[in-house]
Amino acid sequence: MKELEYPFDARYLIKKKKTLKRQFLEADTKYIDKKIAVLGGSTTHDIVAILELFLLNFGIRGSFYESEYNQYFEDVMFDNPELKDFDPDLIYIFTTNKNITAYPSVGMTKDEVGAMLDAEMNRFKALWEKIENTYHCPVIQNNFDFPPYRLLGNSDCYNIAGHVRYINSLNERFADHACTHKDFFIEDIQYLSASYGLDAWADPLYWHMYKYALSMEAIPTLSYSVACIIKSLYGKNKKVLTLDLDNTLWGGIVGDDGPENLAIGQETSMGQAYSEFQGYIKSHKDIGVILTVDSKNDHENAVAGLNHPDATLTADDFVVIKANWDPKSKNLADTAAELNLLPESFVFVDDNPAEREIIRAQIPGAAVPEIDNVENYIRAIDHAGYFEVTKLSADDAKRNEMYKANAQRAALQATFDDYGQYLDSLEMTGVIRSFEPVFLDRIAQLTNKSNQFNLTTKRYSRADIEEVADSKEYIDLYGKLIDKFGDNGVVSVVIGHKNGEVLDMDLWIMSCRVLKRDMEFAMMDSLVCRAKEEGLKKIIGYYYPTAKNNMVREFYDLMGFKKISEDEQGNTVWEFDLTGTYENKNSHIKVDQTGG
Amino acid sequence: MSREEVYKRLNAVFADVFDDEELTVSDETTAADVEGWDSLVHITLIDAVEEEFDISFDMKTIVKLKNVGEMVDVILEETK
Repeated sequence: MKELEYPFDARYLIKKKKTLKRQFLEADTKYIDKKIAVLGGSTTHDIVAILELFLLNFGIRGSFYESEYNQYFEDVMFDNPELKDFDPDLIYIFTTNKNITAYPSVGMTKDEVGAMLDAEMNRFKALWEKIENTYHCPVIQNNFDFPPYRLLGNSDCYNIAGHVRYINSLNERFADHACTHKDFFIEDIQYLSASYGLDAWADPLYWHMYKYALSMEAIPTLSYSVACIIKSLYGKNKKVLTLDLDNTLWGGIVGDDGPENLAIGQETSMGQAYSEFQGYIKSHKDIGVILTVDSKNDHENAVAGLNHPDATLTADDFVVIKANWDPKSKNLADTAAELNLLPESFVFVDDNPAEREIIRAQIPGAAVPEIDNVENYIRAIDHAGYFEVTKLSADDAKRNEMYKANAQRAALQATFDDYGQYLDSLEMTGVIRSFEPVFLDRIAQLTNKSNQFNLTTKRYSRADIEEVADSKEYIDLYGKLIDKFGDNGVVSVVIGHKNGEVLDMDLWIMSCRVLKRDMEFAMMDSLVCRAKEEGLKKIIGYYYPTAKNNMVREFYDLMGFKKISEDEQGNTVWEFDLTGTYENKNSHIKVDQTGG
Repeated sequence: MSREEVYKRLNAVFADVFDDEELTVSDETTAADVEGWDSLVHITLIDAVEEEFDISFDMKTIVKLKNVGEMVDVILEETK
């Protein structure tokens, strides 16, 4: 819904929230359902109402538990059957500078202030620990916004009694906690309020009348930011930045002006602005965003522009370059197909409003930021939060290279007549083992990101995965695939739980970047081997259809399972007999199951 | 602006906030007369009225408002 995309009209959303919600719920859209507890240090009513809209727009249907006014601490620390029954998937703690128990006063010593800091931290740490032990779910915690006034003026930021300094110290300690706790995320309202404008962020009237810590107009900005963290946790981030070239990545038209006359580099202010933008785009490779080009140009002109000596980006930075005269929507759809990614995971950046309209109309779900002038490009893309980072795995920084290696594999494939020969030529090695600590982040990430090759679409938090890894009740396997072009990293995860002599499959997923490599057969072989070792007699597999996982509808059939039931929704149950002899299905991947 | 014009725009604001096209209010209307008009919706309503008429209520005004008629009086005064 366009109204809910950045930059949104805050007052419109506040006024029309009831109507917008009704429209969402009337539309026939598939959502993932999440239970979210919002524990507030001030009134959270509108924060939740607007958060709900943004999440719906991201494909997440939230049900909410809201603490009574300022009961965030009591709700967690004391026995709370209502919250227990609610069984949250995620807890958001909305606190602000209004919830700091005590502030230093002028004349206090460093030790006295240090003791206050410790006391405040201990209170929050007790809260987080209790959540970790009782609810085992991810926590999003606000840090603190700055106070509305400064008794000590500018020295408030360095005098030991300064409230600005005190808040900086607390925020630093919150950040330290986030660095050492996996399922703990900070909603950075220190930055958000600065970006919004501190005087507009909080309105004393709203505080005294309604106990709103934020002004009404600032609430959508806050809720959007929280929604971005949540959608990132549940695998709804965008994955690809697809860029136009002329007047988007450089000033001028390469085909008309010639590469030597483009505005790029440090010579002119326009050139500098485009260079800064190119640097911003290039840095996305470090967080695992895939870069591609979609431009109306002759291919050789496009490459000449990209290889401009003063440019920050080069042709090598892009996994796919579509520079031709086809409609841009076709190029984008083709790119998605080549990369095995969904078109809705693309962000399309183009200075031409007409091209943006075509993508909006033809590629539903793709994000198309409104950009006007080059000096504003970065803000328009950045504040939209398309790629909100909640977990960075080592794989992320390598993702562009992996997708490029995929393109090379495709080129190699074209030179073989026989597919088996092609697979052998890849010299593949698989590592298939029980979950190991170094991969738990990536495994959790994969369970939340995989939509297509996913039999049950069950999502796991990092804490859930840890539980599976530690328990003897489960058979759990991760699969890593390496070939002569590179290491694909962890690409498949299988989890089943033991039920007497039966193994019930909870999850079977595989990253689409290794489709048709026989990795699924290798996983099956290892699963059967493990199940037999544990003396199990049967494996029961489940397929639950979603809008996206049609490709695995008959997966269990392919693996040699027998269908034993199917309901009206198309949910199917499959059985595999383990008592007979089993012949390995994979013959192209060398599998390493030892160690770990 | 006449009182009638204020009501015309005010009714549109009420219809938006309560997601009810049929809703109309008059001088004597109070929160008790409109389904769903609780203290939380009241905040949204005040904000939406401020936006519609490009005014801002101060605290002592908000706490005194007894019914829609008084709100219209304030709007007329502020937009004079």
